[in-house]
Amino acid sequence: MAGYTPSETMIVAAARALAGVRTVFVGVGLPNIACNLARRTVAPDLELIYESGVYGARPARLPLSIGDPTLVSGATSVCSMTDLFGLYLQAGRVEVAFLGGAQIDRYGNLHTTVIGDYAHPRVRLPGSGGACEIAINARQVFVIMRLRRRAFVERLDFLTSPGHLGGEGERAAMGLPGGGPQWVVTDRCVFTFDEVTGEMVLSSLHPGVELAEVQAEVGWELKVAPDLREAEPPTAEELRLLREELDPQGRYR
Amino acid sequence: MKVITMHDAIAAYVHDGDTVTIEGFTACICFAAGHEIIRQGRRDLTLCRMTPDLIYDQMVAAGCARKLVFSYLGNPGVGSLHAIRRAVEKGIPAPLELEEYSHFGMVGRYLAGAYRLPFFPLRSYVGSDLPMVNPHIRFVESPYGDGPIAVVPPLNSDVAIVHAQRADREGNTQLWGLLGVQKEATFAARQVIVVVEEVVDEAVIRADPNRTLIPGLVVDAVVHEPYGAHPSYVQGYYDRDNDFYLRWDEVSRDEAATRAWLEEWVWGVRNRAEYVEKMGMETWERLAPGEGLAGPVDYGRYA
Repeated sequence: MAGYTPSETMIVAAARALAGVRTVFVGVGLPNIACNLARRTVAPDLELIYESGVYGARPARLPLSIGDPTLVSGATSVCSMTDLFGLYLQAGRVEVAFLGGAQIDRYGNLHTTVIGDYAHPRVRLPGSGGACEIAINARQVFVIMRLRRRAFVERLDFLTSPGHLGGEGERAAMGLPGGGPQWVVTDRCVFTFDEVTGEMVLSSLHPGVELAEVQAEVGWELKVAPDLREAEPPTAEELRLLREELDPQGRYR
Repeated sequence: MKVITMHDAIAAYVHDGDTVTIEGFTACICFAAGHEIIRQGRRDLTLCRMTPDLIYDQMVAAGCARKLVFSYLGNPGVGSLHAIRRAVEKGIPAPLELEEYSHFGMVGRYLAGAYRLPFFPLRSYVGSDLPMVNPHIRFVESPYGDGPIAVVPPLNSDVAIVHAQRADREGNTQLWGLLGVQKEATFAARQVIVVVEEVVDEAVIRADPNRTLIPGLVVDAVVHEPYGAHPSYVQGYYDRDNDFYLRWDEVSRDEAATRAWLEEWVWGVRNRAEYVEKMGMETWERLAPGEGLAGPVDYGRYA
């Protein structure tokens, strides 16, 4: 038995992907803890931006929601949502944004709206929130999602937030300012995207995960990087920070 | 004198069939106003909020709403809004029309409304299916030759209700912490109710004018309602009751339990003061945030 969980591996992989990044648009849950881990390890200058209007948050406790008051106390700046979306996001000042979703397709397009027919939904999901414009304007998007076949689908029920759209440069051709999804971090592996086709490519497996396990959870014929590698396991220091400082209650174990 | 009771404010400014905005992004959500609207039995409201949150979940469950205008339909940090899902998926207690945007789209709607502009342009929606299900999201060609851009229409609610830390008796309102779209929503609305933790002297407002986001000029009524935003929070006054948000996830899954909660905590109390008393001191002690004072700034006297 490994001395860490798939969730911990996922958080560590997402944190390492932030090496050298200055500004990150954070969501609650896994992205929040990954960003706080990155700030203590590979990205000490990382500024946390929350869509609730916070720039440079220094949360003293693990926030339940992106509007938690602990994000305000001690932050560099707190502004209206008009300023946050206009002056920070749309102006291109967000280097990396984390997004997730109920479904993702091979081009990193995301769905968070409805399962079934829009007018008569089987399951009504939360909808866009800020995800649609975050996906469009952030310079890079990192997706963080658990690898499940019902989530990694051939065809989305609804396209809420654009990734590389139909691939082959369609995103740039349609004039979307940001670069779109660059990484998909899961609890089994990490995907990147082919620069030409815009298609998701399996680039690394978490320690001990087999290629067949990943293929079984992906609803299309998976492209695999020629230099597919096994990721370095979480270090003792990364695990210590996670367990002792960032998530002592073990909510994200 | 604009200071009136919540009962009188809702009776005077919220009518059946109105378009109503109760804003506040996670912070300063005026549950006290929502509960009074439920008690007074308003019907067929078009409810606007970026994040309907538990307040609109409760109002939909109580049968106040005909339509929702929104951008994120979740229990923040927890999961689904089950009462709204019951209305959308099963028509219980009544069908609910949805008009859905993204966050920046809703921000843009309030901003266009506040500026009295015909639309607000924003870099969003390209490649998304959202414009296909909401015909109000459109694209126009930039007159300066830089291609198409998404636009959203103004949102001028019949009434906007916002919660804040403090106001004077004329409704000059100061808020801090998350600002959400409190300012934009009030300037956009035809009538405005501000609900505050404290009513203060005009001198308190004038000592720190940068913090006055909403001037009395746009405010019709001031309601003094301590703890009026619970279970959301007011920065520096009380914490978000995350336990309540988690508990609502359980309660709201069941229609009868939701009804029972409303019977006990909304219909079963006459006003917010009774709700506050019924919640008990242990709740308010649990949610006390501790002190985190800002340093004073010097505006100068220039006399």
